[in-house]
Amino acid sequence: MDRRTGVRCQYVTTAINVRNLRKVYPGQPPVVALADASIQIRDNEFFTLLGPSGCGKTTLLRLIAGFENPTSGSLEMHGQSLIELPPYKRPINTVFQSYALFPHLTVAQNISFGLEMLGKPKAEIAATVDEMMALVKMTEMADRQTSQISGGQQQRVALARALAPKPKVLLLDEPLSALDFKLRKDMQLELKRLQTETGITFIFVTHDQEEALTMSDRIAVMSAGTIRQIGGPRDIYDHPAERFVADFIGDTNFLKADVVSVAGQTAMVRLASGQTIAARTPEGADVAGSVTLAIRPEHAGIEAGSGGLLSGTLGEVVYFGTDTHYHVALPDGTAFVVRQQNRPDRADDLATGDMVSISFAPDVGQVLRD
Amino acid sequence: MASPFNIRRQTGFTTIAVTCFVLLYMPIILLVVYSFNSGNSIAIWEGFSWRWYQSAWQNEQVQEATVRSLIIALWASGISTSVAVLAALATTRTRKFKGQSAVFAMINQPLMVPEIVTAVALLIFFAMIKVATGYTGLAYLIIAHSAFCIPFAYLPIRARLQGMDLSLEQAAADLYATPFQVFRRITLPQLWPGILAGAMLAFVISLDDVVITEFVKSAGQDTLPTYMLGQLRRVVTPEINAISTVLLGISVTFVIAFTVLSKIKN
Repeated sequence: MDRRTGVRCQYVTTAINVRNLRKVYPGQPPVVALADASIQIRDNEFFTLLGPSGCGKTTLLRLIAGFENPTSGSLEMHGQSLIELPPYKRPINTVFQSYALFPHLTVAQNISFGLEMLGKPKAEIAATVDEMMALVKMTEMADRQTSQISGGQQQRVALARALAPKPKVLLLDEPLSALDFKLRKDMQLELKRLQTETGITFIFVTHDQEEALTMSDRIAVMSAGTIRQIGGPRDIYDHPAERFVADFIGDTNFLKADVVSVAGQTAMVRLASGQTIAARTPEGADVAGSVTLAIRPEHAGIEAGSGGLLSGTLGEVVYFGTDTHYHVALPDGTAFVVRQQNRPDRADDLATGDMVSISFAPDVGQVLRD
Repeated sequence: MASPFNIRRQTGFTTIAVTCFVLLYMPIILLVVYSFNSGNSIAIWEGFSWRWYQSAWQNEQVQEATVRSLIIALWASGISTSVAVLAALATTRTRKFKGQSAVFAMINQPLMVPEIVTAVALLIFFAMIKVATGYTGLAYLIIAHSAFCIPFAYLPIRARLQGMDLSLEQAAADLYATPFQVFRRITLPQLWPGILAGAMLAFVISLDDVVITEFVKSAGQDTLPTYMLGQLRRVVTPEINAISTVLLGISVTFVIAFTVLSKIKN
């Protein structure tokens, strides 16, 4: 089942099919911006390309939009190749990071631009522009110059302009990065609402993991021109396949462990303390010998004494309002952070220097691919 | 805290600056002042009058030369600006190509090649055409002026194109505009201050040219500057000062307009 629409998976079709797509910029030495990336992006999906700057996510977006030509590989939309099609022949629109609003046109003229270029009848253009301005709540600003409206409003105009021609796919290149915190939070919800209402496939580029986790149906985590992991926000967060993903998204504790036995997706691993516990393994990976185990700080519990799965000396205790972070030094020198929600009924009776014991449920640990 | 180095506070700075400005502008100020001289001399002041302006205004040769100068300058600025727009688009809106800097140098060669060389070359080249076709009209001067005006029109247009946000043109292409529609609907509306600035600079440069015009013109094709040069060989009266002052006024007006246009924001 598709998480959001409830449509059975067999009805879900691929909107954008990227296979072994490669982009090399000539130079000394040549720069490989995208190294043989493959992704299937589904219809009506909110898909996010997440990664640090320079990871190739914007290059991939620009290849889909047609602003760049790939060095090799294939790029299809609903089974038809997009390569060789100039941007103006692709039924794909883009929301630019800088918004790229036309400064010599009014808000309404910006929104109607794509429709005019498509040669739509005047009445239809007027109706669509009205509809779009209502959708992004900009109706009163129709005749303003784009320089006379705020950043958040410019953002909404850019969105309406890209949505007006009713593209099959909407590309969004870090559209929220220029907004302040509060506005960004509002726009996240707004974007999600627009995507659900219009049913258009959104491909969203961001380096902000929180943005990716809150809005996406699926996320592709990218690094150094390659795709490291594709999955739903929960899969990516709870079951990172490799150290880069675990490290990039959220906070993670890394522990050395030895694999004792493997059964399907579960491995029994022995921790440094000698205790053995079940952990998840990445799909299709052979794990054996010495491995790294990732455990989220909020998945672990802490109490005074020893005898848990792990024990160590409590270092810093940092109070964050909603929760408290306990920094524990394990006997082998590894640092381990436990995050616990603060509740009025839970007294904070742990102090720096105490011996503490850390515990976590079986299966919250994730064995990482090298 | 020690104040940072400021050249304007150095001893003698003001003296040097004022001396330079006086040397630069004193001759021009004298020229303007003596254009209002009521006597016949360009060096002995005899009182204020508009006499020489009236005299120049009524001089048929001056009238003819002025009209000719304006016709040539209008055509030359029109042609050179059109060519310059195309050249600027080709050097800023295409993928980097081999020999791009060579092309850039060739577009700007009239700035580098000594004017006298161009003048002699054009004289010989046009003489061949005149013999072959028998045509002796103004077209030779218009073509010659268009050629040396191209870099002056090109540089401000190119500067404006380079300063424009490329993502605007990409956004237009993304919104189904063909390359020609992108140019007409997005690039051109933002480029016009640059085009106008380029055209005005070309106009002033053409209006003021002596060397190439002197070599290329046929008999009876004097422009205002070559007419003035011819006059200097005979009697020099403040009429020359009066004409020069008017030309100066036109140039200053255009240069101010050029500066204002160049500063219009995207």
